[in-house]
Amino acid sequence: MSDWRYRLAEQRGTLLAAAIFLVMFVIYVGNHPAGFTANVVQTAANKGVLLALLALAQTVVVLTAGIDLSLGMLFILTNCLGSYIITGSPPTAMLGVVGVLLDGLACGALNGAIVIYGRLQPIVTTIATGSIYYGLALWLRPQPGNSDGFNADIADFMTGRLPDGIPASVVALLLVVMVIWLPFRRSAIGRAVYATGSSEVAAYMSGVPIRRAKFVAYCLSGLLSAMGGLFVTFITYSGEASYANGGTYTLFSIAAVVLGGVSLFGGVGSAIGAIFGALAFRTIGDLLFVFNLDPLWQPLFQGVVLLVVVCIGAARLFRIRNRLDLFA
Amino acid sequence: MDAAIPIFRMEGVCKRYGGVQALEEAALNVHGGRVHAVLGENGAGKSTLIKVMAGVVTPDKGRMTLEGREVSFADPAAAMNAGVVSVFQELSLIPDLSVADNIVISNPPKRFGLIDRRAQRRIAEQALARAGGEDIHPMAPVRDLPLSRRQIVEIAKALARSPRILILDEATSALTAADVTKVFAVLKRLRSEGLALLFISHRMHEIAEIADECTVFRNGCNVATYLAGTKADNEVVEMMIGREYSHVFPPKAAHRASNSPPILEVRNLSWGQRLRDISLSAAAGEVIGVGGLDGQGQRELLLALFGVLKGVTGEILIDGKPARIAKPRDAKAKKIGMALIPEDRKTEGLMLPMAVGANLSFAALDSLSRCGIIDRGAELKAVEDMIKLLNIRTDGLDVPVGSLSGGNQQKAVIAKWLMVTPRIILLNDPTRGIDVGTKQEIYQLLRKLAESGAAIIFYSTDYAELIGCCNRVLVLYDGALKRTLVEGEITERALVASALNIATGKIATDQREAGARPAFDA
Repeated sequence: MSDWRYRLAEQRGTLLAAAIFLVMFVIYVGNHPAGFTANVVQTAANKGVLLALLALAQTVVVLTAGIDLSLGMLFILTNCLGSYIITGSPPTAMLGVVGVLLDGLACGALNGAIVIYGRLQPIVTTIATGSIYYGLALWLRPQPGNSDGFNADIADFMTGRLPDGIPASVVALLLVVMVIWLPFRRSAIGRAVYATGSSEVAAYMSGVPIRRAKFVAYCLSGLLSAMGGLFVTFITYSGEASYANGGTYTLFSIAAVVLGGVSLFGGVGSAIGAIFGALAFRTIGDLLFVFNLDPLWQPLFQGVVLLVVVCIGAARLFRIRNRLDLFA
Repeated sequence: MDAAIPIFRMEGVCKRYGGVQALEEAALNVHGGRVHAVLGENGAGKSTLIKVMAGVVTPDKGRMTLEGREVSFADPAAAMNAGVVSVFQELSLIPDLSVADNIVISNPPKRFGLIDRRAQRRIAEQALARAGGEDIHPMAPVRDLPLSRRQIVEIAKALARSPRILILDEATSALTAADVTKVFAVLKRLRSEGLALLFISHRMHEIAEIADECTVFRNGCNVATYLAGTKADNEVVEMMIGREYSHVFPPKAAHRASNSPPILEVRNLSWGQRLRDISLSAAAGEVIGVGGLDGQGQRELLLALFGVLKGVTGEILIDGKPARIAKPRDAKAKKIGMALIPEDRKTEGLMLPMAVGANLSFAALDSLSRCGIIDRGAELKAVEDMIKLLNIRTDGLDVPVGSLSGGNQQKAVIAKWLMVTPRIILLNDPTRGIDVGTKQEIYQLLRKLAESGAAIIFYSTDYAELIGCCNRVLVLYDGALKRTLVEGEITERALVASALNIATGKIATDQREAGARPAFDA
């Protein structure tokens, strides 16, 4: 087989997710009363990019065969923090942005440290820390709102359009992919993350730095969740400690990751796939809107699409010849 | 031994696992430019020795020196950095990464801080070519490769680390004859380059082909080192055997299998390359041993009979009638009545956090319940009877089974299956890692079960057990049944010789299939 066929095989999950998204998006735009206008794309982009950032965050942890259930709550916490400290003149507001990102990084590092050094399961650890992050968010913002002097200019810029009509949020997402994901994917530590998720024992036997790989994954997850938190701050100009949103975004991020072809067993998948998964997941809801269906159908449709895609992904289990491997 | 200074020295190394002394005052000298073979039967300490050298296991005692300097390895990475590289028997490849990714995994080539894929590709291609794997595509995911190709990749990965000492632990076990020829050519070149090679294999002809010197291990200790070719196979077997028998076995019933028709008959059972054309029969009252070196298909044979494997070909007859066993539930059904005491009691035999009583009655719940509701009284009585019968020492039925000692846990697994009164009992190395007292209780139990009319198929890695318990022993080699030893023929010498597939004394072994023995050109 030649190289390109292996490349294609490796990207199968990503390509499937991209195809699902494209089909949905074409149907959506084609049936939208306003058609393919910059406004329609911008609104869709802002909603999609938000979930895409969280899907990215979930991907890096899932690749290590872990899971981050605190990410929705961290997203809420950074949103609330952002509504406080992104204030004043552009330079001080930028300092606030950096502060929010650092907060995300610190929370991610805490998750990682507990999972690695406390040897607790990721699922338990992140449920607990997620609750803590939500508690802090509630303490910061008992009521939704923002601080005096909230710098709306940055917000408008990030959620607006560039002069040639391209949504700034999409550009920001592309930047994140190029500056964080692609180098990560090609770095030694990125490979260690894949190796750890695929087979921790084999990775250990091969001298791969397992602990460092996991730690970096959780840190990155925290950082990317904070970007999601920033983004929602930019969209709403305010912070809101909404428990419902936190939980929903956590579950949606997992759904997006699965839709994007990332294996929950770890070691397989790409953040690009997860991004398309997130965009596709978001578009399901919008599709109902253009077809004038009751929005109450949205969860049901999202569930059906998710199930179908997961079934396609599970087809390889038919190839297993020792049934004990099914449980491994 | 000549005057050359060894690259690697090991002295007085001890390692204890629970009650088992895996290594006791072991010593080994490894020289550059030589292939050093390590021989020994199951449990002789070969694997532990290698794990110590590779940094996987930390020894309790002893010292190791590498080029005159004392070393100790905290983890495999430390051993690798020192130049001690292993090709492990249980493969250390990462299934979801590509061949090239795997080959450079411990030290990927970098450019501007990122992995240089072009350099990686080059290294991988070179390493594959050196290991004789030119047919393997560097971008292929390891998951999709057959076992023999994976083993080549594993060797290529070791070569890419430019080792000073290369350890090959059964590294040729999954290779075809043609592959072995290629790999041996590589090893010979490495030897001429001054590398020290440590070679562990159960294939005597391979050792004869490649080794310069040999060390025999027995009971965790090196008992002899000699130059290759100076000892006959006979003498080697003699050195490997001679374990002390610490257990007492109940007298065997003089069984005449011809008297009773077989309960279980297996014809031409095959499963991929792992089981080849195995036929056997077992009658009521017989204890049939399954022997051979570890990992020759014994475990798969039991799993295949019990309906765990998919794609098994061949026929299974129960009471002379063809039976279909597609899953363990079929095997368990009354008209077949099969039970499998699994190898790993902690994962396949017991639900550790659950209570002793619940664990014991799991397999028999069908007969203990009415309309799906468990009859607590019947359950309690059955469980209590079983605990008394097997003498399981527990603080009551409600304590978690995980809190019992290893021996009592094993008895609990056996008890669980006896509750369904099976007629065919398969045991997968049931006495591994348990104390001598419990072992003897298990031997007596096996005898009692056989007398009450069960057919028992008993895989054990401990040759003494096969000698002491079995009416017949089937010796597997490379997934095929190589020899059947009956009653008086079952001696340690015969077991070891047929496990290694060599002929000693008057024992004639079947020749391996034509072409399977590699022919080497100088």
